[in-house]
Amino acid sequence: MIAFVQGHYVYLLLVVLFLTGLYGMMVKRNLMKKIIGMSILQSSVILFYIASGFKDGATVPVLDPSLGVDYPDYYLNPLPHCLMLTAIVVAVVTLGVSFALIIDMYRTYGTIEEPLLLERMKDEE
Amino acid sequence: MRKPLCLLLLFALGALMAFAVSGLPPRGDAKAPSHRLVNPAGAPVAGTYYIRHAYADARTPNMVTVILADYRGFDTLGETLVVFTGSVAVWFILRRRKP
Amino acid sequence: MRSASTSPIIQVAIRGLMPVIQLVGLYVFFHGHYSPGGGFQGGVLLAVSVLLGRLALGMEMSQLVFRTGIAVGLSAVGVLVYAGTGLTALLAGGEFLNYGYLPFPGFDPPGLRNLGILMIEGGVTLGVMMSLIAIYDEIVESHG
Repeated sequence: MIAFVQGHYVYLLLVVLFLTGLYGMMVKRNLMKKIIGMSILQSSVILFYIASGFKDGATVPVLDPSLGVDYPDYYLNPLPHCLMLTAIVVAVVTLGVSFALIIDMYRTYGTIEEPLLLERMKDEE
Repeated sequence: MRKPLCLLLLFALGALMAFAVSGLPPRGDAKAPSHRLVNPAGAPVAGTYYIRHAYADARTPNMVTVILADYRGFDTLGETLVVFTGSVAVWFILRRRKP
Repeated sequence: MRSASTSPIIQVAIRGLMPVIQLVGLYVFFHGHYSPGGGFQGGVLLAVSVLLGRLALGMEMSQLVFRTGIAVGLSAVGVLVYAGTGLTALLAGGEFLNYGYLPFPGFDPPGLRNLGILMIEGGVTLGVMMSLIAIYDEIVESHG
């Protein structure tokens, strides 16, 4: 049990972070708070990938001439880092687009509270 | 009213994910399948292949840059297109509509 | 947000900080081959230097740093630089984005790949920087 917690505590904490983000997206009624929850959820997924690329005692994936490349255990796994680099940028852009959508909704309906918004959308029909 | 149901669902999902975590190799284990030279199915693993061949292929010490721009160049092209599309989409959403 | 900050401390500090951030951004971009960094990070730093000016100096003053309205076009240019590098390799006989076939004399294939990575990182930097500036400008402009 102790060995399991020592080896996996990062993943368990990331599960908590993931659920925090999902809670924000499911329960909160304000669209801005939903976006904040989405951002937290994205961070937890990114951190999960970075944690899974870690090796004990390894250095950053930049070639060190004194180490060489014959023993890959000297370097962290570069693939998750590369994938998450692109994921972070996409997360920023989705944040920008969702802010634009929220601004447009506020301009059209005058609110970003979900129940009120649904009510006003129904009234307009 | 809706909140207890959501919390129950979240706890169920959390239990499922904690169970899934117990199947992962420990963090930092250099013998994990994703860090080995050959995975249990007998195929070469991408991460170690990139570490061994990045400098010889592109003469660039930073392996992440080589993967990003060379091995996965097509992926990054799509990525840049997504960023550009995002800026255009914001313009189309927020432009002044004629009343 | 569109008017200039009234505090002289912020005005002077941002004016001194902007070129430093631009320099760090260019360093991160050009040194991406040898240390953590690259196109995305350098582009974000360059965009942040312009956006700091937008926040502190106001929309009108910061037009001198970067004009509103050309950002989307330049972002398209960034994507075209990227795709053009890939198409050049395609027309020179290789596969799409296979930099080993770029038609530059005097390089062996690894050197050509090094050069190709630098070229597409330039495209990525331009694309990301201009896209972020464009998103900010569009959101602020639409509010007035």
